Amino acid sequence: MELDIEPNFADTNPKAGVVGQPLTRVDGRAKVTGAAKYSAEYNNVPGLVHGVFKTSDVAKGRITGFDASAAQRAPGVLAILTHQNLPKLAITPDTPEGKKAIGMGVQMGFLPLTSDQIYYAAQPVALVVADTLERAQYAATLLKVQVATEVPTVSYQDPKAKLFDPTKLTVGKTENQPKRGDAQTAFASAPIQLTATYHHAITHHNPMEPGATIAHWEAPDRVTVYDTTQGITWTQKSLSAMLGLPVDQVRVVNKYLGGGFGCKGSTWPHTILTIQAAKAVGRPVKLALTRPQQFTSMGHREDQEQTLRLGATKEGKLLALLHEKTSTTSAWDNYAETNAKIVDLLYDCPHFEAQTQLARANVMTSTYMRAPGEAPGSFAIECAMDDLAYRVGLDPIQIRLLNYAEKDPSTGKPWSSKSLKECYARGAELFGWSKRNPKNGATRAGKTLVGWGMATASYPVHSGQGNARVRLYADGHAVVQAGATDLGTGTYTVITQVAADSLGITPDKIRFELGDSALPSTIVSGGSMAAGTVSSSVYLAAQDVWQKLTKVAVLDKKSPLYQAKPADVEVVKGRLQLKANPSKGEEFAALMQRASMGDVEGIATGRYGAGYESAQAALNASKTKKDDAGEHSMHSFGAHFCEVHVDPELGTVRVTRWVSVVAGGRILNPKTARSQIMGGSIFGIGAALMEGTNRDPNLARYTNASLADYHVCVNLDIPDMTVEFIDEHDPYINAMGVKGIGEISIVGTSAAVGNAIFHATGRRLRALPITPDKVLDAMRQPA
Amino acid sequence: MNDFSYTQAATAKEATGILKDQPTAAYIAGGTTLLDMMKANLLEPPQLVDINSLPFKGIEQTKDGLRIGAMERMSAVGEHPLLVQQFPAVSQSLLLAASPQLRNMASIGGNILQRTRCGYFRDAAFPCNKRVPGSGCPAIAGDNHNLAILGVSESCIANSYPGDLSVALAAFDAVLTLENQKGKQRRVPITEFYLLPGKTPQKETVLEPGELIVAVTIPTATHAQRSTYLKVRERSSYAYALASAAVGLDVQGGTIRSARVALGGVGAQPWRSREAEKVLTGQPATEATFRAAATAALREAQPRSENGYKVELAQNTLVRALQQVAGA
Repeated sequence: MELDIEPNFADTNPKAGVVGQPLTRVDGRAKVTGAAKYSAEYNNVPGLVHGVFKTSDVAKGRITGFDASAAQRAPGVLAILTHQNLPKLAITPDTPEGKKAIGMGVQMGFLPLTSDQIYYAAQPVALVVADTLERAQYAATLLKVQVATEVPTVSYQDPKAKLFDPTKLTVGKTENQPKRGDAQTAFASAPIQLTATYHHAITHHNPMEPGATIAHWEAPDRVTVYDTTQGITWTQKSLSAMLGLPVDQVRVVNKYLGGGFGCKGSTWPHTILTIQAAKAVGRPVKLALTRPQQFTSMGHREDQEQTLRLGATKEGKLLALLHEKTSTTSAWDNYAETNAKIVDLLYDCPHFEAQTQLARANVMTSTYMRAPGEAPGSFAIECAMDDLAYRVGLDPIQIRLLNYAEKDPSTGKPWSSKSLKECYARGAELFGWSKRNPKNGATRAGKTLVGWGMATASYPVHSGQGNARVRLYADGHAVVQAGATDLGTGTYTVITQVAADSLGITPDKIRFELGDSALPSTIVSGGSMAAGTVSSSVYLAAQDVWQKLTKVAVLDKKSPLYQAKPADVEVVKGRLQLKANPSKGEEFAALMQRASMGDVEGIATGRYGAGYESAQAALNASKTKKDDAGEHSMHSFGAHFCEVHVDPELGTVRVTRWVSVVAGGRILNPKTARSQIMGGSIFGIGAALMEGTNRDPNLARYTNASLADYHVCVNLDIPDMTVEFIDEHDPYINAMGVKGIGEISIVGTSAAVGNAIFHATGRRLRALPITPDKVLDAMRQPA
Repeated sequence: MNDFSYTQAATAKEATGILKDQPTAAYIAGGTTLLDMMKANLLEPPQLVDINSLPFKGIEQTKDGLRIGAMERMSAVGEHPLLVQQFPAVSQSLLLAASPQLRNMASIGGNILQRTRCGYFRDAAFPCNKRVPGSGCPAIAGDNHNLAILGVSESCIANSYPGDLSVALAAFDAVLTLENQKGKQRRVPITEFYLLPGKTPQKETVLEPGELIVAVTIPTATHAQRSTYLKVRERSSYAYALASAAVGLDVQGGTIRSARVALGGVGAQPWRSREAEKVLTGQPATEATFRAAATAALREAQPRSENGYKVELAQNTLVRALQQVAGA
């Protein structure tokens, strides 16, 4: 029997199983008891020694020499590696050919310790290896580096900075200057014209677990790497290219990840340098970044400004949107978040145009950070829509409904599903939006001004593909495997649920293994792709098991299904039976025991997103839409509602109520999903009100690279949050109907806060984070 | 981090004796500042002398006021009924600081001696006159958003003491008892304990080499009983003050008989404002009076490129704190 279509799991007993149930994390106990092993905790690797970076004080210059005499004499020191003696790599990412060979896994086009150039502050200039961590740290302080210092360029705002128009960005398929219609002309003749500029501070992912690598050369041509990566397959491929080794000779392991938010989506210099250090000393080496080093080792969200021009009719119908973005990039990469994507597609608008400018500066390269592009882009468009609502005297929800996009304006394609109206309606109901006073600055509570704001959220369903293996044992247990990673968001749990329903056994009978490149390869846990891709792969691998067992059954004279046509057989909760006569059939265990099969294995490739939408999938959903293959625009949607209390004299802003309603396709587990949405919203509230990394305006070095001085939200900053999901059935996404919810919750979040502040005070704050100094400054201006 | 030796001292004499022989050794109590700085290679003492066993303990009523042993922990002092009753502002300054874990570790003596959070001081890669005298102060033309506007100099604009407790102690005339290497004790008002940066920002207090803080005594007073500590920061907890105010008022029949005012987050040291107190004393407890006091308190402010907002913020913080105490 061939499986010619991806069965739609959504149609197979959706209520019968554990998918969709709030299963408690299967890895929770391991985490709270300390049994869960993170990358830096494989301390039983035999002969493990420790590496520490010596980093540059200055942001620009050239290394003219080292005085390593004292460091070399320090107790326990095994090696002091610099650009002068680091073992050479087969390929480095600083040439176009190298970059191509290494692939998406390495985003950074420069590798420290391969040249004498210093391009950014705290760039590693040496790697000291010693028998203990403390001895390596101490020796690093004794190493003296001579540098010919140069004056750095600090940011795109530096008078020395030269702005340029990148024809193509380092990452992202989006053309730099998308254009629809004639936005300039449409804007010029629009009855309402709004122009505003939005600023964003540098923000850092700051996962609880900083980056760390343990590199173990098990043979001269075989290395195992325990690494804090969101994507072991990408990392494996990149490392094998740089090391000049076949892919199978590089094993990457990551069983638990303490958050990532995008900064662990690429392979960064510390990983490959640790591997080379291990080669140099002939022993396994561990290198764990310190918290300050985390700020300069794994990227950040870049400092940027966006100017949005919005043209509309007197009634508030959009006519034109023009978006310009200027941001800082590193000395060697062209990375910029593509903010324009969400501006282009969120509302029905006939004319659109976008431009991007970059400036090179002496900074570490920036990278993907939770909803790259959508998070800052939504701040601009969602504040602008709020401005438009006030301008034409409409409620903020009404202005959004007036401009509701019934199809994707950026491509003209129909949505695969869109439940945004339901999100608005349910969110408004939960929040009590109908009681909102339309007037600004009209509600007081004691000394504070109270404001309500809302914003739209959206995030694309990217295209993903990956493999999974399912081994079902005759005793009713199963091992399920995919080389995925769990960022801490619940991948272990939700995939266990999918496997349980697919195999008709309970979750406690399943062990789901992930985080090892020895397992079937799959996609990076980024771009909100993991749940959709891995769940589809596992579901299909289970179907492979059932096909194999069906073949055994129909050939087994003792089976009730003997000589049945495989296509007439179905599997319900682990029982193989005739579709036409379910009483005729048997449990898989009975069949396998009779056939002396200890276990049976299935393997499959799961696909997800518009890139893999098939004619069959479209047919499966609707028999009249067979020609729509690959023709859908796929996105999650949602709405955030926020109440703030603003103290106009002290400048403080506190979020006092929060409601998020999200339509993200099938929700595999409402408990872990709720945590995802809360986490992302808190991440966004942090970006709105307090997160920002400061770069000295002359020395281009961060002045607050610590968690004491870089503020993320504390418990007291966050009220009880209400999170709900709209039940959404999307037949085009994949076998599971899962859109993915890792990122949507930060989209629109800072705009919801900013819009609430505007409602409270009548002042529009367009520079993030909105700290007390900015509120005080705004309060001095007329409303 | 460098190798260092560790010794537990049972008595003050033993502790100070070790520092006499090894002047670059450091005392350690809670360690919440010292270990941070050692890990960042900002301090490299060859020896740590643990003073947690020293008998500088207890919270007791004396004829001079409430006496708090320097080895008491922030959490225990902050929650102590005598403090809550007699010095609400001091209690609040302790409980609004740091995190529960840090408050459980940090000693009162250590809190008084905590070091600045200036980002340039805390990163050895930057020049800093306080850390390396004569190396320069990039904060003056750099990221001075959080730094001081009162009592600063051309050498240093750090809030030398970034915390809360000493602000409240300065408001209410607390006196420190110090003990030197000869076992001799002296009493220093906390308002005279800290030094302004001037040309020597590396010299932060009047503490002599090896000298220990033994106790803090806060004189009981009506204005201390009716007091509050208001702290403004970017997040609701676990952050240093952008501006704070410790205030106490003795109001009778609507007239202020005596007032105490100190500001945090804005001064090179905990900033007692006798100018504000002078404006308040004898005047009606009204917003106009409070506003005039706030203007007086910030009259000498020297804002830089990014901390100009602190003038208004500190004024408003002070007015709000006075309103809270006056019940207005």
